Amino acid sequence: MEQVLFLFLRRMRAPLLVLLLAFAISIGGLVLIPGQDFDGNPWKMDFLHAFYFVSFMGSTIGFGEIPYPFTPAQRLWVTFCIFLTVIAWLYAIGKIISLMQDQTFSRAVSEARFIYKVRAIQSPFYIVCGYGEAGSLLVPALARRGVQTVVIEKNPDRLNELVMAGLPMDIPSLCADASIPKHLVEAGLRRSLCRGVVANTDDNAANVKIAVVSKLLRPPLRVICRATTREAASNMASFNTDYIINPYEVFAEHMAMALRRPSVHQLHAILISLAGRPLVPPVHPPEGKWVICGYGRFGRAVHAAFEREGLPMTVIESDPEHAPPDSVIGSATDPGPLEAAGIRGSVGIVAGTDCDADNLSIVMTARALNPDLYQVARQDWRGDTEVFKAAKLDLVMEASRVTVWRMLPLITTPLLSNFLRTARTLDEDWAGKLISNIRKICHDRTPETWAVRIDEEDAHAINDGLLAGKQITIQTLMRDARDRDRLLRCIPLLLDRDGQQELLPDPETPLKVGDKLLFTGAEGCERRMDWVLLSAKELEYVESGIERPDGLIWRWLASLYATRPTLKS
Amino acid sequence: MNLEKVIFGFFILLAMTLNFGFVLGDIENPAHHHPYELFATLVVSLVATVLKFGDRSHMGAVLLATSLVADLHLIAAAVVWGYATHVTGTGHEPGTVAIVVSLAGGALLANLASTTLLIIETVNLRR
Repeated sequence: MEQVLFLFLRRMRAPLLVLLLAFAISIGGLVLIPGQDFDGNPWKMDFLHAFYFVSFMGSTIGFGEIPYPFTPAQRLWVTFCIFLTVIAWLYAIGKIISLMQDQTFSRAVSEARFIYKVRAIQSPFYIVCGYGEAGSLLVPALARRGVQTVVIEKNPDRLNELVMAGLPMDIPSLCADASIPKHLVEAGLRRSLCRGVVANTDDNAANVKIAVVSKLLRPPLRVICRATTREAASNMASFNTDYIINPYEVFAEHMAMALRRPSVHQLHAILISLAGRPLVPPVHPPEGKWVICGYGRFGRAVHAAFEREGLPMTVIESDPEHAPPDSVIGSATDPGPLEAAGIRGSVGIVAGTDCDADNLSIVMTARALNPDLYQVARQDWRGDTEVFKAAKLDLVMEASRVTVWRMLPLITTPLLSNFLRTARTLDEDWAGKLISNIRKICHDRTPETWAVRIDEEDAHAINDGLLAGKQITIQTLMRDARDRDRLLRCIPLLLDRDGQQELLPDPETPLKVGDKLLFTGAEGCERRMDWVLLSAKELEYVESGIERPDGLIWRWLASLYATRPTLKS
Repeated sequence: MNLEKVIFGFFILLAMTLNFGFVLGDIENPAHHHPYELFATLVVSLVATVLKFGDRSHMGAVLLATSLVADLHLIAAAVVWGYATHVTGTGHEPGTVAIVVSLAGGALLANLASTTLLIIETVNLRR
């Protein structure tokens, strides 16, 4: 705010001087020029009346001649003063208005407002640098999950999108280069409530800089970084960036996974999505040879991932220099190269060029040649969603979306991120079985996924019970506090004990203090589970079925009732 | 030579000299203190204040502060005098004049400080 004030004063220097001088000249003249009172006696205007007269003369030219009618000499002077003060006022007001519209000034004002808003944040928050394709998915997704973010983005048009997005919370945003440390500090990097930084700009160098600055200024901060080249990734890793995400590799991994192990791919969508949405039906991609169109940065990563998964394929690439051996050279939008790649004998096509229009065109051409093809297309720009929907493809892969799939659990539930990392190495059957279980307990709606830590803060009832030597199993947590014979509709996904992670732990496993658990279940289960976690009384009920009375009198009565039989015997 | 510095120094010094001229004389004698001089002092002091706007250096900030103090004193003096002259009709009584002149004397001190700072800054300049 201070900067804004200084800028304002500096710019207002000239207009204020002009006004001041116009007033001084007018007042001085009025005081010096002799006048006459009603009786014709010589009279000189005093400063009070001169100041009063000039004040209303300049702004309104009204009220008449006070306190006595003016002499011709005074009128001559006032005529001059009118023009002088009116021009001075117009100049000053014009200056103020142009200052309000001035770029530098409005930027300083919005920066000051941004700093003020960041200071006003009272909950833990994340700084998101870059509101591009991935950022514009990530920030609203976090906002819907109740995570506060602060956005820095260079492009003002993208920031306007953020304002228009109508998110459920106020996201402070700054139009600036995030790689300048000053802006990161303004975004609250030094505040203790700041939990992490997401470097998500299009520029690798900027992301590296953001990561370095964040790690130097606040070493314990979690830094999630996007890197598109191996050099940038290893550079980031060299100074302990917590998570490095290569969107091309992540995308290719999911692409191959979607075709070879579709359930593993779907598991991501199901567990990351908000609770209560309709579940996507299971997909069954065919077995056989695939045609891949485009061998750019994405194409190469897809090619490598396909080889890892052991999928047979033929590549079509227009640039002979980049194309791998055994590939067809030519544009996949024409039927010729498609025929040459054996489209009629293939089971599916992956349109993976970096142009949305080309990808649609490739799929349409291929579909005409072989209507039974399994059609997969890559979508780069989110604005094309409608067109891709209308094309009725079997699978649309959005690069920005899978990147966000990686980032989102890292911020909201890090345990889920661990679970998914292990799940990605497992096979189709395992994932398929898990999905059908989720489908059953959630009635074909997406589940909610939450983490529970057995400690003083998150589950003090359990913590106290365990410290008192009780044996409590995972199953105990899953009992419904309203009726202990019923289980909550949820599945334990992961048990983290001292860094040892067990997938889908047995419900009979006894708990230990410090355990971390990941559950997925029907909407509302998380809140119900809190009863058992936080109330010793509910815990005792679900364990033994005994409902302990609450009030002083009832407790006394109950103790009387409990001791009487022993007295008799 | 920097024209901006000339104008700046001119107004700061003029504010002080005019102020001194107004204060000079018997503190209770209205004949020794003319309202025109107070007016000129106030205008020049205001101009000097506006000239100091927007300087973010430490010296600039202190200079602005001294100027604001002087303005405050002079405006108070002018208001007291105007009120005494036109509302209570005691503008020429020794008591009123003493109040006005002592207020202007306060402004003179602030102007002195301001001029001293200007001189210190100039002496520190090694060009």
